[in-house]
Amino acid sequence: MELVLSTLVNSLSLGGIYAMIALGYTMVYGIAKMLNFAHGDIIMVGAYAIYVFMALNNPILAILLSVLFCLLLGITIERVAYRPLRGASPLAVLITAIGVSYLLQSLAQIVFGSASKMVTVYEFGAIKIFGVTLQVSTLVTMAVAIVVMIALTLFVKLTRTGRAMIAVSEDRGAAQLMGINVNRIITITFAIGSSLAALAGLFYLLKAPSVSSTLGAMPGIKAFTAAVIGGIGSIPGAMLGGLLLGFVECVATKITAIAPYTDAIEFSILIIILLVRPTGFLGKKRREKV
Amino acid sequence: MALLEVKNLEVYYGVIRALKGISFEVNEGEIVTLIGANGAGKTTTMQSVVGLIPKRSGIVTFDGKDITHTPCHKIVHLGMTQVPEGRRIFQELTVYENLLMGAYSIKDSSGFKNDLEAVYTRFPRLAERKNQIAGTLSGGEQQMLAMGHAIMSHPKLLMLDEPSMGLSPLLVDQVFEIIKDINKDGTTILLVEQNAGKSLAISDRAYVLENGNIVLSGTGAELSASEMVREAYLGG
Repeated sequence: MELVLSTLVNSLSLGGIYAMIALGYTMVYGIAKMLNFAHGDIIMVGAYAIYVFMALNNPILAILLSVLFCLLLGITIERVAYRPLRGASPLAVLITAIGVSYLLQSLAQIVFGSASKMVTVYEFGAIKIFGVTLQVSTLVTMAVAIVVMIALTLFVKLTRTGRAMIAVSEDRGAAQLMGINVNRIITITFAIGSSLAALAGLFYLLKAPSVSSTLGAMPGIKAFTAAVIGGIGSIPGAMLGGLLLGFVECVATKITAIAPYTDAIEFSILIIILLVRPTGFLGKKRREKV
Repeated sequence: MALLEVKNLEVYYGVIRALKGISFEVNEGEIVTLIGANGAGKTTTMQSVVGLIPKRSGIVTFDGKDITHTPCHKIVHLGMTQVPEGRRIFQELTVYENLLMGAYSIKDSSGFKNDLEAVYTRFPRLAERKNQIAGTLSGGEQQMLAMGHAIMSHPKLLMLDEPSMGLSPLLVDQVFEIIKDINKDGTTILLVEQNAGKSLAISDRAYVLENGNIVLSGTGAELSASEMVREAYLGG
């Protein structure tokens, strides 16, 4: 019982973080048709932003400012680095994204140095539920992740902008013919993705209160894996992939014999799923237009 | 004054000159058809006029405004709607959601219900299938949906690119009936068709496009009677 409850909470929390990052990858892929490999580094920028804004001594304000900063950064990156390449070969866009990733990491090193910085956002402590000791920060992470996922699903389904996002991801030309401003939709997509990455940065700080320039690298790759497992381009797919990966990771780290191989297990799952279902769980087969 | 006026429109694909400076106009209330063989430049004309592909030179005026350099989504808001070749409805959305997207350019949603009812009345099949995923509709139903979601935006000018393509003869007749009907209700129509016979029959005027040039123009009846059109497009 104890084990079940703690594994459930931990995997929903970790999986929730992965899902939030994976949503950024998958939405940008679906709508802008590019892999934004700098996405993981926004997590790191978000964590550093909290570190800086904590000087104001107000955790809530620091978090809000961090989200706002990452949102503006995401929009700026798209404007400056990606938009001029619209229509260029996918390889050029991919290399640019990798370049932006290194740029962000290097800038962070120049500004903050290579040693990690300690950031304590808030001490939540622990509580006992049904005799199981749980970190409150884990519960908060889980709750926020679930709310974010539900809110995003409703936003995409029910709002005019959300439907425009689906339309652009399905057929950019036809979407334009409906009067949809594709550039505006792409900007909104980057804003949402980057805000979610900033929140992920916050949750990493709640798990372990230190930030360095490579904080976003591994979560970025894991979340990208989650997005591909779920079917890249699919919003529910990213959520499913994130939660699945979080669950696998929590279970694997609990079993002493296989704990050291956790990462290997996760990436093996990716390979196996791609062999069986090349489009991921909820990905759709792309029909080529003639 | 013409609703749509195209002057010396030139379009290039790389080094290939796809449109070699064509001029034509569509007056309010008309049905105008561009006919021509595959590769003549019909779809290129449609897509460049609406701003989906860039124009090299020329001037396009719509409803008195110069729209030569206006981006596509803004042109749509001015009242020009296009049903592209191959229909391109949103396959993963339901019929209803597709119609909702059709009304995207209309910010005031108060008329939406009436417009929706009007479309359902015109296309009863769509009403029966409103909650069905659009990708599962038959070709004919998809064409009805494409035309339905185009009229949701109340266009001044409705542009239809090969609406009869891939449809059974019975459905082709139905599509042309509907086009005539939409026109009667006050919508100006620019049509691109390979089915020259049927489209000339409903057209006020028509242009013949060949290798990126307009080689002939006249009323629908004139062109139907023309020796050249009969030989090249009406099977002699």
